[in-house]
Amino acid sequence: MENLDSIVAEARSAFASVTQLADLEQVKARYLGKAGLMTAQMKQLASLPAEERPAAGSRINQARDEIAGALEARRQALRDEALARQLAAEALDVTLPGRGRGTGGLHPVTLARSRIEALFSSIGFAVAEGPEIETDFYNFTALNIPENHPARAMHDTFYVDDGSLLRTHTSPVQIHYMESHQPPLRIIAPGRVYRVDSDATHSPMFHQIEGLWIDEDVSFAHLKGVVQDFLQQFFERDDLSVRFRPSFFPFTEPSAEIDMSWGDGWLEIGGCGMVHPEVLHHVRVDPERYQGFAFGMGLERLAMLRYGVNDLRQFFAGDLRFLKQFN
Amino acid sequence: MKFSQQWLRNHVNPPLDTEQLSHVLTMAGLEVEQVEAVAGEFSGVVVARVAAVAPHPQADRLRVCQVDAGTGALLQIVCGAPNVREGAVVPCAMVGAKLPGMTIGQARLRGVESAGMLCSAAELGLPAESAGLLLLADDAPIGMDLRQYLMLDDQVFTLKLTPNRSDCLSIVGIARDVGAVTGIPVQVPDTTPVEPSADIGMDVRVEDPAACPLYYVRRIDGIDPAASTPDWMRLRLERSGLRSLGAIVDVTNYVLLELGQPLHAFDAAKLTGGLCVRRAKNGETIALLNDQTVTLSDDMLVIADDAGAQALAGIMGGKCSAVDGHTTGIVLESAFFAPAVIAGRSRRLGITTDSGYRFERGVDFTATRHALERATRLLLQICGGVAGPVIGLSGLLPDRKPVSLRLTRVKRVLGFAMPPAEMRACLERLGMQVSGSDDVWQVTPPGWRFDIEREVDLIEELARLHGYEHMTALTPHAPVQMLPMTEWQRPADRLLRLLAARDYQEVITYSFVDPATEAELAPDVQPIRLQNPIASQMSVMRSTLMGGLLDVLHANLNRRQERVRIMEAGRCFLRDGTTFAQPQRLAGLAFGPQVAEQWGEPERLVDFFDVKADIEALFHPMPVRMHADRHPALHPGQSARVEVAGRMAGWLGSLHPALVQSHGLSSAPVLFELDLDSLLLRPLPVAVELSRFQQVRRDIAIVVDHTVSAQSLLDAMLTMDVPSVTNVAVFDSYRGKHIDYDKKSLAFRVLMQDNQKTLTDEEVEDAVRALTEMLQQRYGAQLRS
Repeated sequence: MENLDSIVAEARSAFASVTQLADLEQVKARYLGKAGLMTAQMKQLASLPAEERPAAGSRINQARDEIAGALEARRQALRDEALARQLAAEALDVTLPGRGRGTGGLHPVTLARSRIEALFSSIGFAVAEGPEIETDFYNFTALNIPENHPARAMHDTFYVDDGSLLRTHTSPVQIHYMESHQPPLRIIAPGRVYRVDSDATHSPMFHQIEGLWIDEDVSFAHLKGVVQDFLQQFFERDDLSVRFRPSFFPFTEPSAEIDMSWGDGWLEIGGCGMVHPEVLHHVRVDPERYQGFAFGMGLERLAMLRYGVNDLRQFFAGDLRFLKQFN
Repeated sequence: MKFSQQWLRNHVNPPLDTEQLSHVLTMAGLEVEQVEAVAGEFSGVVVARVAAVAPHPQADRLRVCQVDAGTGALLQIVCGAPNVREGAVVPCAMVGAKLPGMTIGQARLRGVESAGMLCSAAELGLPAESAGLLLLADDAPIGMDLRQYLMLDDQVFTLKLTPNRSDCLSIVGIARDVGAVTGIPVQVPDTTPVEPSADIGMDVRVEDPAACPLYYVRRIDGIDPAASTPDWMRLRLERSGLRSLGAIVDVTNYVLLELGQPLHAFDAAKLTGGLCVRRAKNGETIALLNDQTVTLSDDMLVIADDAGAQALAGIMGGKCSAVDGHTTGIVLESAFFAPAVIAGRSRRLGITTDSGYRFERGVDFTATRHALERATRLLLQICGGVAGPVIGLSGLLPDRKPVSLRLTRVKRVLGFAMPPAEMRACLERLGMQVSGSDDVWQVTPPGWRFDIEREVDLIEELARLHGYEHMTALTPHAPVQMLPMTEWQRPADRLLRLLAARDYQEVITYSFVDPATEAELAPDVQPIRLQNPIASQMSVMRSTLMGGLLDVLHANLNRRQERVRIMEAGRCFLRDGTTFAQPQRLAGLAFGPQVAEQWGEPERLVDFFDVKADIEALFHPMPVRMHADRHPALHPGQSARVEVAGRMAGWLGSLHPALVQSHGLSSAPVLFELDLDSLLLRPLPVAVELSRFQQVRRDIAIVVDHTVSAQSLLDAMLTMDVPSVTNVAVFDSYRGKHIDYDKKSLAFRVLMQDNQKTLTDEEVEDAVRALTEMLQQRYGAQLRS
C-alpha cells in the first residue's frame, strides 16, 4: 500500500506544476478519472482477500479524498491567481484627469449682480428691468431733470434720435415700475447704462444696480440701515463702515453719496436719497401718503472690490485668461 | 471751484487744521476733491535785490553778484542764471537755507566765495513758467521771507460742487456755509457805495426786464492803463486757476470769485451810443473775446450799443468793445440775468465760461449792486481814475416765497426727531428767516439760495447741518410677505449657469458695435446709429450678439487660445416702426476642439450637433425643432432656425465659409443666438400613470433620398394613428460606401406599449408594417434587411 502514498504525493506535485485552470482538468483525469489511477486501485481491491478489503478500501478512499482536496486547493489557488492577474491588468491610474468637456463660468459682474439680487431678495425686493434705449422723458424729465437743467451736463449722454438716448442710469426703471405698480413696493433693477466717457477708470458702458423702496414710513434712517446692512453682507465684513455724505441728485432729496471704508480711506460706492416728491408726482403716487428711498451703485466697482480687480477695462476685454479666474 | 485756503480763512477762520477743514467741507456737501500745497517745503529764502553784476574771473557762464538781502551789508553770490541783471528782485536762499533736496552753505565756486544762492521757481518747488531766476515785483520788500511775501504757506482746495449749490461758487459763499456748519462768524468784504466823483453818465435801456431783472452800470474814467495787479490779488486769482490779464479784467475776475457775481467791463471808448439789453436777432453774429464768432438766435440775450451786440449777456463779452492795454475809460456792468435765459445756451454754442456757469445756476440778486461797488473800490485803488454814478434798472426779481415746514414731516422723512431749537438755529445760521406756529414754520430763504422751494429742500438743509454722519441708521420693519415665485418660468441666471456647466464662459461686450461688422452679420437690418459715438467702430447699436462674440474670439486667438467657448446674455436693438425693439437674447460661440486636448479623447473640432445638444439642454424639457434655413452669417447648408412650442426662438449654425475666410479663422465656429423669453418657459410637470405592461422595441432601417429630413420621417411616424407606438427615435444615420451618393441610411428605434394589456406579436408586427408601408409610399423608402 506504499503505492497509495506515492500516488498521492505524485498527484500533489502534478497539480502544483499546473499553471492553467484548463490543464488542471486534464491532470485531474489521470488520478480521479474513470481510467485514472485511483479507479485502478479500486479495481485491485477485488484481488485482495475478503477480510483485508474493508481496510484497504478505506485507505484507498482516504487517498482519493486527499487527492480531491489537493485538486480543489490547487483550483482555488489558480482562480485566485487569475483574478489577481485580471485585477492587476485592469488597474487604472486614477490620477489621470477626468475625460470630456471642462466647465465654464459666469462673468464677475454677473456674479456680483446675482449675489446682490439674492441679498435683496432675502428682504423682499423683487427684480425689475427696463429698456436701454430710453426716452428723454424717462431718463430725465420724469426724474425731475428738466431740459436745460445743469444736472444734465453731469450725464454725458449718448443720443440716438431726437428724444431717444441710451439710458445714463438705471433710475428710469423706477418710473416704469411705479407706472405699473402701486406702493408699497420694493425693487432692485440691475442693468447696463451708458455715458460718453472712456479712459482708464471710465467705460462708455457699465452696470448699475438701482434700489427702490416706497411705503408710508420708509425714512432716511431706514435708507442708512439698509445700505449699511447690504454692504456689510455683500463684502461679508461686519467691521465695514459706511458713510453718507450730502450730495445732489434731482430725483432724490435729501441726497447722499455712499462712501465705504476701504483700506485707510473712503471709497465712493454709489448715490442715494429719499425719492423726490416731484418724481412720485410724475407717477401719480401721493407724496403726502407715500415716501421712500432709492439708491444706485456701480456693479463694476462692487465686483472690483469684491474680487480684487484693478482695471475696469478688463471686464469688457473678453480675455478668457482673466475671466476664468472667477470660475 | 478752486481757491486758496488762506483766502477762505480771511473770511471765516474756524479752529480747524487743513485736514479738518477739508472734512467739514466734504461733510457739508461741498466735496473736497483735492488739497494741494502751493509750494514745496523750504525755509531761509528772502526777497533780495541784485545790486551789481560782474563777470566771474574763471568762468564765462557764471556771474559774481552783490546782493542786498536786507541784512544791512551786500552779500557776494555767484550765479549762473542767464537772466540775472542789476536791479532784478529775486528770491535769495541765505546760508543755512533748506531747499527741497538741499541745504545752502557758504561755498567757493571756481575760486570765488559765494554766500547763498539766487533761486529759480523750480528750485523752490513752485510752478515754473520759465527757466532762470524767479523775477519778483520791483517793489517787493527786500529782506522779507519769501514764504510770507508770496503767501506760500497756503493750500489750494478744489471743490466738486453739485449743481444746486451755486451759492458756493464764491469765496464768500463757501465761507457762509462753513460759518453755518461751524457756527464761526463770517467776515464779508467792504461793499459800501462809492460816492460818484465825476458826472459821467450813460444811456441804458433794458428791453426784456423779465430776462434781465437787474442791470447796473457805472462809468469809470481816467484809469491808468499801466497800473499793475497787486501780488496778493494776482496770487489769489492764480490759485483759483485764473491767469492775470491786466488790472481791469483781474478786478472783475477777483470780484467774481470773491462774491460770485459775474461782472463785465466794456472799453468806453469803443462803444457807440448807449447800451441796450435785448433779445438777439435770429442770425445775428457776434465776435467774442475768445476769438470765436457765433451766430445767435432770438432766445438769447445780448448787450448791444448802437453798432450792434457787444456782449452775449451773462456768458461772454464781445471782442470789439473789450478792454486792452490802452483802456483808460470803462463801463462796468453788474447784472442779474434769469437762469432760464442763460441755461443751455453755452452748451449749444459750445462755450463754457465762469460767468455763464454761475448765471445758469443762479446768482445772488441781492448782491448785484454790492459787487459793482466792491469792484469800483478795488479799481480806483489799483488803477486810479474817477467813478460816475451807478445807473440801475430793475424789473421783477425772483420771488423768495416763504416755504412751509411741518415739524412732524421732518421726523417722518429723516426717521428721527430733531429738537425744534436745533432746527431753528440751523435755518437761521443759513440766513433763512423763520416764523410761524409751533407745528408749522414759514421759512424764507436768502437771495443767494436758488434751491429752497419746497419743504423737502429745508429738510435736506436740516439733515446737512445736523450732519449725515450723526444721523440714525435703522433696520426697517415691514410685513413679512413672500415674493411670488412662478414655477413655469426659470430665472435667466439659471440658463447661464447651465451653459457654464457645459463649458461656456460668459463675456460682456459693448452694446455698440462696428457698423462694418453689423453689415456683414445682419445686412438686412437698418442699424440704429448713435449721434455722438465715442469712436466710429462703436457707432451702431448691435442687432445681434454674434458680432461681440466674434470680436472676443479674435482677441483670444491673438492671445494664442486655440479653444474658445463663450456666451453672452443681453439686449439687441432693432427699429420697430417709430420705436425700438430691445429683445433680450442669449448667444454662444464654440470654436476649436470639442474637448480640450486630453489623454482619453481623440481630438475633433466642435460641430453643429455638439452645439445642438447644448441648445437642447437649454430648452429641456421643451422639445426643440430645427428647420434648415438661411441666415446671412451662417453656412447655408449648416444653419437652422430654432423653433420651440411653435415659436421662432433663434438660430444655430456654423459661421458662413466666406466669413470664416474674411476673418482669417482656421475653422468655422458654431454660433447660436436665442430669444431669452422663449428660454424662460418651462411647462409645469404633470404626472401620468405608468403602464404595467411590457414595452416592446422594434427597429426599422431604411434608405431614403438624402434630402428627406429625419425630422419629417419622425413626425410622419408619430402622427400616424398607431396607438401602441409611444416613441420613435433615430439611432443611426449613414451616408457613404454601399449606398448611392444621393441616398442615406437611417435606422429608427420604435417603442410600443399598451396601457391595458401585453401586446401580441401580431399586433407588434402589424404596427411595424403600417409604419414601413407609410414610409415606402410617402417617402420612397427602401427597407434594409
